[in-house]
Amino acid sequence: MLQTSELTAEIRSQQDFILKDWVNYQLSALTLRRDLLKEQDLRDQSKRFLEVFLDALETNSDPSSPSWKPVKEMLQEVSRSRAQLGICTKDTATFVFSLKQPLFTLIQKRSQKDLKQLASDLWEINILVDELGLYIAEAYQRSREEVILRQQQDMLELSTPVVQLWESILALPLIGTLDSARTQVVMETLLQRIVETSAKIAVIDITGVPTVDTLVAQHLMKTVSAARLMGADCIISGIRPQIAQTIVHLGVNLNDIITKATLADAFQIALHQLGATVTKASAPL
Amino acid sequence: MERIPILKMGSYLLVTIQVDMHDRVTMTLQDELTDQIVRHKAHGVLLDISGVDMVDSFIGRMIGNIAAMSRVLDAETVVVGMRPAVAITLVELGMALPGVRTALNVDAGMTLLKACKKTGMNGYFARRSD
Repeated sequence: MLQTSELTAEIRSQQDFILKDWVNYQLSALTLRRDLLKEQDLRDQSKRFLEVFLDALETNSDPSSPSWKPVKEMLQEVSRSRAQLGICTKDTATFVFSLKQPLFTLIQKRSQKDLKQLASDLWEINILVDELGLYIAEAYQRSREEVILRQQQDMLELSTPVVQLWESILALPLIGTLDSARTQVVMETLLQRIVETSAKIAVIDITGVPTVDTLVAQHLMKTVSAARLMGADCIISGIRPQIAQTIVHLGVNLNDIITKATLADAFQIALHQLGATVTKASAPL
Repeated sequence: MERIPILKMGSYLLVTIQVDMHDRVTMTLQDELTDQIVRHKAHGVLLDISGVDMVDSFIGRMIGNIAAMSRVLDAETVVVGMRPAVAITLVELGMALPGVRTALNVDAGMTLLKACKKTGMNGYFARRSD
């Protein structure tokens, strides 16, 4: 494919020069976040990358072959560390693409006379670097997705507290959108707590739920039905005016469930059903 | 063959399910329970399913049927001690058992039955059965 051996030898001999040129180019990039990425780190990274890059190039010029594995691992490491620092895709890809400049300069110098040779060398290197650039972008995206996934899981764990309001009264303040996965967690926690506390009434407060569509309503109904099967009644509270309108417009049937505007109202009803009352002390303190 | 014991407690019958609910066992239970309700003139049935950790749609339907049959025979059924996993499964199967009374444990179920008897709610649908 590539008359690599000659070219690689040439690059190898000029390695220090290329490294200097490359690092300078990266440093001069306008978008470089000096606050996030230290110059020394960048220099070290570039040096190590060039080393493994040349090693791989010497054995094989096809980036899909196994000898390029260390290069790819290195790229993954670079993209992961940059994704965690919050550096954007463009800057991360620039790490690879900026290598073109010094390499092109070298090739140009080498085959100034032989235009045909120049074109073919440039093309080979171009394809190679592009491939690696695409790879780093992909790796970057993957590590970003990992971060998002982890955050989603964190949110899932954080957002389902079940609090005991009174003897046999539980409250479940829901915050955030209800999707199937969350409903599952919410349902499991609520039912578990009902068993633990022998609760008779559970108040589901949806003040923190931004939107209620048919799916969310269905999830709420499921939770209520499951709690009822366990022998506990459910009250839904915290229904905002707009949400009440939406529920009616969507034709969602909440007739079988007691609904209240505020948690306080729901609490009062719950106490009433248990035969308890709250009265004000006759003389205010 | 496995059988589910039916215990008489005053005017109530206590059915505690502690074996796996095979279809055959469930059918036998249905026969025996209706017999016993008539023989003992029972006013209420407590169906304790705290030992059941697996259900399918058939068993869900049988629970509903047992409740409906006892109601016809003038005995209120209360299903007690359903496990969270079982409740979730039944709901996911689309069987929320409307018209079946439920309670957290036998104690709460007994209280509920006594309350029913006091107010004389014979054949009263605990919940809307739509």
